[in-house]
Amino acid sequence: MWFLRVNMTDRTAKLEEVPDQYKNLGGRGLTSSLVAAEVPPLCHPLGPNNKLVFASGIITGTPANTSARVSVGGKSPLTGGIKEANAGSSWAQDLPSLGIKALVVEGQPKEKGKFWGIHIAWDAAAGKPKVEFFDATEYAGKDLYDVFPKVYERFGDKISIAGCGVAGEFKYGNSGIVFNDMSKRPSRYAGRGGLGAVLGSKGLKWIVLDEKGSPGVPIADKALFEQGRKKMNDALRTHDITKPKGGLNTYGTAVLINIMNEAGGLPTKNFSSGRFDQAAQIAGEAIFEGNKTRLGKELYNHACSPGCIIQCSNTWHDKNGKEIASCVEYESDWSLGANCGIGDLDAIGEMVKLCNAYGLDTIETGATLGVAMEAGVVPFGDAKGAINLVHEMGKGTPMGRILGAGTGMAGQVLGMTRIPAVKGQGMPAYEPRAVKGIGITYATSTMGADHTAGYTIAPEILGVSGKQDPLSPEGKAALSRAFQATTAFIDSSGHCLFIAFAILDIASGFEGMVEECNGVLGTNWTGDDIVKLGGEILKKERAFNQAAGITDKHDRVPEFMKTEPLPPHNQVFDISDAALDSVYGEL
Amino acid sequence: MIARVRLFANLVQYCPGAKVGQPFDVELAAGGTLADLIAHLKLPRDQVKVIFVNGIGAPPDHVIQPGDEIGIFSPIGGG
Ligand code: SF4
Repeated sequence: MWFLRVNMTDRTAKLEEVPDQYKNLGGRGLTSSLVAAEVPPLCHPLGPNNKLVFASGIITGTPANTSARVSVGGKSPLTGGIKEANAGSSWAQDLPSLGIKALVVEGQPKEKGKFWGIHIAWDAAAGKPKVEFFDATEYAGKDLYDVFPKVYERFGDKISIAGCGVAGEFKYGNSGIVFNDMSKRPSRYAGRGGLGAVLGSKGLKWIVLDEKGSPGVPIADKALFEQGRKKMNDALRTHDITKPKGGLNTYGTAVLINIMNEAGGLPTKNFSSGRFDQAAQIAGEAIFEGNKTRLGKELYNHACSPGCIIQCSNTWHDKNGKEIASCVEYESDWSLGANCGIGDLDAIGEMVKLCNAYGLDTIETGATLGVAMEAGVVPFGDAKGAINLVHEMGKGTPMGRILGAGTGMAGQVLGMTRIPAVKGQGMPAYEPRAVKGIGITYATSTMGADHTAGYTIAPEILGVSGKQDPLSPEGKAALSRAFQATTAFIDSSGHCLFIAFAILDIASGFEGMVEECNGVLGTNWTGDDIVKLGGEILKKERAFNQAAGITDKHDRVPEFMKTEPLPPHNQVFDISDAALDSVYGEL
Repeated sequence: MIARVRLFANLVQYCPGAKVGQPFDVELAAGGTLADLIAHLKLPRDQVKVIFVNGIGAPPDHVIQPGDEIGIFSPIGGG
């Protein structure tokens, strides 16, 4: 397999043999290692010295289930630190099928206002991928739902697409990298941290993959791989959360709205309460029941990417049975709903679709709108006003550009003190004052406030991997550390993080993941090695951040969370600085 | 003693008439536990994953107090 380097300064492409030290890396482990080795930590994230790295997981592209994930890494314009964001898409499988272990986008064109695309296909005669540049300026400034079909028309039905929307072209701190879903929608995002802007800054609009005739991903030990695949498959098919017609397949991720509300940890109206009085009407159960009424039949969820057997992605329909949006995830439902005081699923769905159309991250968008609403730009609960603000972001009006800069920056411009962000990145859908472990993850993660970086919600709220009291600070630094390290490995494996629900409870499923990776790479990793390997990735990311000027003092939640008690439990975030520092101090 | 109960996710299917998240009252003997409540409602034990009493997670042997607000969830996950 190769590294493919695409230089946007002179629009050239170069294949390189994969150096030995990168051979056993994939996904986040590979993007973060390459960024740490090659990107100057003090470079401007939107300048020519930043790089954008795409790497699929170790097992992505093989028949392993629920493993079509691709990581995107670079220096984040939102946090100023290292960033990895990942998404599920056929694109993730096509990249390694074409023999490309990592795609590194470098340099920057001199001319302004022009956008380019690259088309990568398999050249059978040469036995390697072939890269062609094309002028993509005609697709710029437009709704992604309008231009995606044009790209398919131009290059054929079987391609996969990665790119950025207008948010990336405007170089917003709030901009994601878009990937196609199974129905060719521009709806799967490596959303967090403004990587869409890095793509935009390089004048790159699309990366189109055509894997036809490509050799696929080599597997070193097929029997071991197959044994691991079967164990994983059994775990996913039997665990109540991941099995067919189980929790995720029936209600989607938005099923968490009610349980977080019950636990008093659903951030509401810009993190001013842990309960939302309209939670039930925007919850996953309401989506399931609402679709049933509007469609006249039960609708179970679908896969975002080929080979997923969990299938958690929903579609929300209007009164006439017409699609409003896919997918209304928990995070989007919360950020654009409860966090804005909006209890109307149709309005939430419309905003999800707008975020997808403009290339915005739904979490950052809702977190920013919450701050803007508290600042009085529009009142809480004003769905029309919120929709207009998303349009302003998409159109690049002065207010839209301020909001597009992200939660931290917009909050500062608007003169706010309650700004729910860490290292400039808006907080996701769990209140640190009501769930202490996730607050530690937000504070200390190398990514800025990121729930996926160490999802302690599993034991603190969901009773997965044991039960822990969410309000207690006891032992939570160690819990967050262990979750952060394991997650860094899962994000490297290529599996969707949602396999964790099954493999945290079913030991053979965890073994299966290790065997799948060993089978592909020919390694002899044990379960213990996984946490160590994950820890190594975290250390590289941390070292990059330190060199970029991010210190222990940035590993803190915002001050208001330490002084304002949060209803209904009236708790503050009472984790000591020493405990926060121990997360990486004792890694 | 009256307990105020709300069921979530797929648990409503076991209690005819129950709606997701809508409270209903259950009459229990004094000293009754959450396990007694689950048996009374005929909820399958393996489908009861997390129980909240007044917003705080509680184990099955928790003794219910008059006026307790109880929320019961089947196994769910998300992110
Ligand atoms: S579990 Fe959900 S998010 Fe993960 S790969 Fe499957 S459909 Fe996509």
